[in-house]
Formats: sequence, C-alpha cells, structure tokens
Amino acid sequence: MDRKKPSRRKFIATGAAVAGAAAGALKPAHAQTPAPAASAAGAAAAPGKNIKEIIAYGERSRYVNSIREAAEGRPSPDAFGLTFHVVTPLGESAGIITPSSLHYVAAHRGFYVPDIDPAKHRLMIHGMVDRPLIFTVDEVKRMPSVTRVHFLECIGNRSNARRNTVAQTHGMTSCSEWTGVLVSTLLKEAGVQKDASWIVSEGDEEVKGASSIPLGKAMDDCLVAWAQNGEPVRPQQGFPLRLIVPGFEGIYQTKYLRRIKVVDRYYMTYNDYGHLQKDPKVIALTSQIGPKSVITFPGGGHQLKGPGYYEISGLAWSGGGAVKKVDISTDGGKTWKVAEFRTPAFRMAHTRFALPWTWDGKECDIMSRCTDELGTVQPTRAQVAKFWNEPLTPQFNVKGADNTIQVWKIRGDGSVHNANFL
Amino acid sequence: MRTSSRLLAFALIIFGASVSAQSPTYHLGRTPTPEEIKAWDIAISPDGHELPPGHGTAKEGRDVFIEKGCSQCHGRNGEGGKAPTLIVMKGMSTAAGRPMPGMDMGIQAPGLMAVSAPFATTMWDYINRGMPLGREGSLKPDEVYSLVAFLLFRNDVIKSEDEVLDNQTLPKLKMPNLSGYTEHPEWKHATPRLSNYP
Repeated sequence: MDRKKPSRRKFIATGAAVAGAAAGALKPAHAQTPAPAASAAGAAAAPGKNIKEIIAYGERSRYVNSIREAAEGRPSPDAFGLTFHVVTPLGESAGIITPSSLHYVAAHRGFYVPDIDPAKHRLMIHGMVDRPLIFTVDEVKRMPSVTRVHFLECIGNRSNARRNTVAQTHGMTSCSEWTGVLVSTLLKEAGVQKDASWIVSEGDEEVKGASSIPLGKAMDDCLVAWAQNGEPVRPQQGFPLRLIVPGFEGIYQTKYLRRIKVVDRYYMTYNDYGHLQKDPKVIALTSQIGPKSVITFPGGGHQLKGPGYYEISGLAWSGGGAVKKVDISTDGGKTWKVAEFRTPAFRMAHTRFALPWTWDGKECDIMSRCTDELGTVQPTRAQVAKFWNEPLTPQFNVKGADNTIQVWKIRGDGSVHNANFL
Repeated sequence: MRTSSRLLAFALIIFGASVSAQSPTYHLGRTPTPEEIKAWDIAISPDGHELPPGHGTAKEGRDVFIEKGCSQCHGRNGEGGKAPTLIVMKGMSTAAGRPMPGMDMGIQAPGLMAVSAPFATTMWDYINRGMPLGREGSLKPDEVYSLVAFLLFRNDVIKSEDEVLDNQTLPKLKMPNLSGYTEHPEWKHATPRLSNYP
C-alpha cells in the first residue's frame, strides 16, 4: 500500500499537468468542462482564464450563485454610497464555516472598504499600561498564535413581520475560523496597571470606529485576528487586523484594529452610545448573545417539492459558551426531538444540527430550540413578552439581543414562511 | 501532600512575582513616543481629560456648519437633509438607545446625541473622528467645539449663542439625559446574561 501511494500521487500530478497543458494548448473546452452556454462559451474556453483558475485562484462553479444581499429595512449602498448591513445567504449554507466572501457585513455608521497597506498598518497599545507598545502587522504575526472557530452576530439580527427568508431573519450571523494573538498575550506584554477596568478598541477606517470592552472579557478570550478561514482577513472583515470578542455582538468586533487603549471607565463612544440604557435588565441583555438557533432548511423562502424524506438542518450558537443540545419540533412546539450534531460544538461558534424527517404533505410549524453549556435555554417570543409583562403582539420588540425561537410554517403546497408574527 | 503543598506555595510565589512584575516576554514591538500617543489618542473620556485646548460658541458653529459642508447633508439648520436630522423633532423619543424614526436597525443613530448623550464628550469625540463624510478627522479643535455648541444651542441644551465651550466647560455641561443611563454590570466568565430571564 505504502509503495503504491507515491505512484498514485505522481499519476494525479502528471494528470493535472496534462489537463492543464491541454486546456492551454487546445481551443475547444476539454472533455470535463460542462457544455458551455453560447454566451459563456468564450469565457469558459478562454485558455488564460482556465489556467489562472486551476493554478492561481479557484473560483466556484458558474452554476452556484448564492450571494449576499442588503438587509431589509435600509438600502446598501445608501444615498451616500455607504454600506450598512449585508446578510449571509443562510438558506444555502452547509456545515459551520461561512465562506469569507459570504460573511455578513455591518457597519456602525456606514462605510467604504478602506484600502490598507499592511506594511504601513500599526497596532498601538497604550493607556493604563506599564509599557506602551506599537506593533507592525508582521510583529503581531510573530506573537504566539491561536486558531479558534467563532461566530459573529449583529444585534440587528432579528426576525420581524417584513422578513420572510432565513437570510433576512438570521443572516447577520456568520462563523469563521480565526487565527491571531490573544489580547491577553498583548496586554501582558504591555503590563496592565491595577486600576484598569475597560479597554477602548479602535479601527483605522475613515470613522475610526471605537468600542468599550470590559477588561475581564478582553483578558478572557479575545483575540487580534490576522487570518480568517486560512487566509488573511478579507478587507470587508477588517484586513489586516480584526479584534474578535467571542460571543459578543458584532459592533465590538473592531475591524482594521489600530489601537487598544486601557482605561478605568466606560468611554461612551459613538458605538457604545447605542448600548446606553436606563434599565439594568436591558443592559444585561446587550453585549453577550444568548443561546440561539434557527432551522436553515427548510426555512423561509424555501419550496419543498412534495411529501417525502427531508433532512431538517440548522445552526445553533451561544455567546455563553458551547451549544449543549438542540431540540426540534415539527408540530408547532407540542412535542420535541433531540437533534443530532453534524459538527463539533466549539465555544461561541455555530454548531450544525440535523434531524431526519419525513414530511406528510400537511401544513405544519417547525422550530428549533438551543440549550447552551450554561444550561440556558432559547426562549419563545411569548416567554420573553411575559417576562417583560407586555402583550405578545407582532409589534412586540425583544429588548437587547433577540435570541427567540424562529417558527417556520410549511404550507400544504410546500412553501415555507415566517410564522413568528402570524 | 505536605511536599506538594510546599511546592505549590513555592510555585505561587514565583508565579505571583512574575505576574506582578509583568516583564515582557517576547520583546516585539517598540515604545511609541509621547507625541505619537498624543496624535493617535482621539478617544475622549466622559471626564474630558483628553480634550485638546481650543474653544467655540454656537454663533461660530453656525458658520462652521455651512463652511465645512455639514449643512449639505444634514440640512441648513441641522434638519431636513439626506443625512440624519440633528435637531429633536416633535414626538421624537429622547430615551437613550432609542433609534430615530426611519432607522429601525437601531445601530446607526441611537437617538439624537445632543439630547440623548449623558455627556457632551461623546458628541465632541464623534464629530472629531467621524465627520464630515469623506474628510473625517480634518476638523480643528476650535471647529469641533463650536459645532458641539451650535447643536446644543439648536436643541435648547445651552441657552446662549455666546456660551464658550472648551476643555474645561464642555465635560461639565448638564446634559438632559445625564441620569438616563445605568452603568454596565461587571462581565463575568461563563455567566448567563440575566439570571431569571427565560
């Protein structure tokens, strides 16, 4: 067996070289390329493009067309050409890693993607530290690294009566493998002084977005990421450095990180200002995301092709730690079955769950419910309304980060709809 | 047992000593100069101690608002433009964290700063770092002080067009929403958000 392996590898390598040479030398599309449509024939058969795609940078199939779209409620780009909120096409997702090119994008004020030269970018650490430091990106990369899978989620990621697809109700969460240096490693290098209690993180984009983050959280598990899904962080996601605050809402995940200032109070920056609340209970429900899940198939916007076997599939996550259990109901919450995990359950990461299911063709309501490692259970909208002693109407707005259960109604014709607000 | 507890005590002394001394381990990066830190440090605390010297009045701010192009997006008097209104409108909630009408994402404009921010330092910080669109960070301290004064005057927070705002007076302004927020509770590792929440 061992002796066969190299020859097999050699064969593959030779085969690839031959195929590459053939594609380069011959004008007609070679045998394995699908018959091109008339309009695409030129592009598909162009030898230069094929070579580049096979050797330099692989593209997805031209038959695969899942894309991001602007979040409902506010156009992107807006009247000023600024991007606000763009959602991940969760209805076509698989596994737990969101392709970087499909990761959701959100902005505190609206922004243009800055063009940052990593050779010129710097990260400064100062404030209440013994030794202020400035790092180049290369120096940050020389520090001891960690690689972790974490979700990000915008606090605007919430279902409402106008949102009828899983991309629109839940697409402002995505999950990536992040590689970088722990903030605790950087702060220990600088020497945090004893009365410090917060950090202010700041980006290098045009508005220099800044957020206050509890020092305890920063020292616990935050990281300064320089890679996402095995390559440098994409410019839309904060190239060359991004602060990752696992399990906290998106606005804390400072892109284009240029500065960490160690301070002794909440700084009330523009980004923080959205978190100012009178009620301490509401404050407690912002920042950290509660246990949450959504069925991504069948989900809003999908169309089932008639009765028969389907695998119900979805994502679960929690800002409190790892997902421990997911239950699924296919009868409007009367009975529940424990879903199977299809991936490892990392801390503060999407976890893929599934349940084998045969649809009888009758109208039904399906939903999922997440329990995290702290034992916290994802609530229904009705439970949350009762907690606040408010009537459960379609207008009832969940305070803080909304982690309530999403109900999908499958009609007899196989169409799937948002049933949270019926 | 006795030996291991002694070892543990010894280890704690060594470890504790190294933590309190917090000497660098990797010796990467360099020490920024005080000038570099000052130039980068645009985050303004609610006590305003980072505010630079300078001053401005609402009367001056009215002109700066037009000269610097603010009025092109926000409207001549801070309302009626394509960009968010800066003047409180009839029926507008001024509670902290409440989004402005037409901004239901709740992120871009959580209320109107001049009436919702507990401290005017947040306005100074944001105008200084984030405005005007396309020329962010180009305003001089006097211009930022006068723009804050102009918006506060237009929203009836300060009563005189001649009131001078500077790094001493601005942080001490009694903002209408000073008592409209509560401090964040201390974040703790592996703790649910709110213990009795469903």
